[in-house]
Amino acid sequence: MKVLVPIKRVVDYNVKVRAKSDETGPDLANVKMAINPFCEIAVEEAVRLKESGQAEEVIAVSIGNSATQEQLRTALALGADRAILVETDIETEPLSVAKLLKSIADKEEPDLIILGKQAIDDDSNQTGQMLASLLSFPQGTFASEIKLEEGKISVVREVDGGLQTVSLNLPAVVTTDLRLNEPRYASLPNIMKAKKKPLDTFTPEELNVDPTPRIETLKVSPPPERAAGVVVESVDELIDKLKNEAKVIT
Amino acid sequence: MSILVVAEHDNQELKKSTLNTIEAAKKIDSNIDLLIAGSNCNEVADSACNLPDIAKVLVADKNCYKDFLAENIGILISKIGEGYTHILAPATSNGKNYMPRAAALLDSAQISEIISVISDDTFERPIYAGNCIATVKTSDLIKVITVRTTAFDECATEGGSASKELIDDDNDLGISSFVSEELAESDRPELTSADIVISGGRGMQNGENFSLLEGIADKLGAAIGASRAAVDSGFVPNDMQVGQTGKIVAPNLYIAVGISGAIQHLAGMKDSKVIVAINKDEEAPIFQVADYGLVSDLFEALPELEAKL
Repeated sequence: MKVLVPIKRVVDYNVKVRAKSDETGPDLANVKMAINPFCEIAVEEAVRLKESGQAEEVIAVSIGNSATQEQLRTALALGADRAILVETDIETEPLSVAKLLKSIADKEEPDLIILGKQAIDDDSNQTGQMLASLLSFPQGTFASEIKLEEGKISVVREVDGGLQTVSLNLPAVVTTDLRLNEPRYASLPNIMKAKKKPLDTFTPEELNVDPTPRIETLKVSPPPERAAGVVVESVDELIDKLKNEAKVIT
Repeated sequence: MSILVVAEHDNQELKKSTLNTIEAAKKIDSNIDLLIAGSNCNEVADSACNLPDIAKVLVADKNCYKDFLAENIGILISKIGEGYTHILAPATSNGKNYMPRAAALLDSAQISEIISVISDDTFERPIYAGNCIATVKTSDLIKVITVRTTAFDECATEGGSASKELIDDDNDLGISSFVSEELAESDRPELTSADIVISGGRGMQNGENFSLLEGIADKLGAAIGASRAAVDSGFVPNDMQVGQTGKIVAPNLYIAVGISGAIQHLAGMKDSKVIVAINKDEEAPIFQVADYGLVSDLFEALPELEAKL
């Protein structure tokens, strides 16, 4: 069984991103970049399938500028067998990413595609669902547990109010939620080995996809600030303020 | 212009998130139809006919829509949606699941979780965990949009007389099936629609200590939430998580207990009307967004608060 794992290069989750003062975009000068945390969980899950003998090959794929090779190398160090970069300097939106990934999936014919449920930069939560839709594959989004069965995959999903289990025919798309697994750290020998693993590059033109965005960002501004609050000295004072000043309890 | 709102319901009643979504739709145009896809959902459809802002209630009542499987509902939305300029759904776990599927079939670049409507093609949405607000304009002819429900009021529910139209269209793709559901049973209000939310973080130290929040929640009629740190530490299940990757809440009163205030958590609660922080670390970033901060050991403050409420 072949597993395709699309990943995204994003600003590291520890960085607090602010809007530029001229409101033309987020200020990303010299910030640390990393694999999107949910994508890291996706890589880990695919590698575990391989380690348990349920998958033969894990292919990491990403869409982005040439620096995205760094994140693909990280995925290779975590255990992916080979990598594919669709290189473009255009800031792609989920629909065009899904189209590019569909084109890769048509070539590679994976049995399972595992992606992060959302990227922590644009917070769109769309790519996996769009890819599944374009491929006419079933989808198990927000997965906290997966189990391969004969020709099928059972996916436990994190939904509003609890957990839902669905059964999907393979090939299928799964998007990861936080509790699916805890990703490992890449060891130094594996980081060295990853440098020698194959990494192929395509352009969107070669895949016959036009990545021009449909959505234009007119401005990026800071969120409204909350006025500074007060420190209360005691529980009594807190209750008094909530009752008589904020009037939110009776 | 014409707008299709995809209703969130459980085959028995319409969910409040539908009302917030209709309110968002009204800011685009007044010509709004409502799609109810489900199974044995006629009661939902009948009650929806009372919504004063809805012209037509479209009912797709088929067994294949019973469990809201994204594969089947996605196709249905894309087929019906072709006749509209905008398709809106609440950004619930269902909406997030099927809307991008419909958008891809319509070749439309979806706009997720809008928090305001600037014009019929321009919307505001949070990015980077709400640290930035992007104003985005789409050139798609059919605009597919999910709505952050906490950013919009609820529309009125009575006084309307919408017509009802049955959609006889079975889209059972047969590639996925519902197996089971484990929903947390609770007498408390739902986290995303509660007036008051009390949440615990890593400072709670373990799952048992969340019982300290329960007594207060019962007295206030509050829902109980948690930070990602508390979920990651295994104290409580993930459906209690408030934050960028969990639930987005905006109650009248949010009480954060033993929560440091990581940006991922603030993204899920900072639109609350009044925020209270209880934390023994006076340097904790949660105090920067709190209206009322109490620097205190939660194991002393919580029993006292429960006793005095």
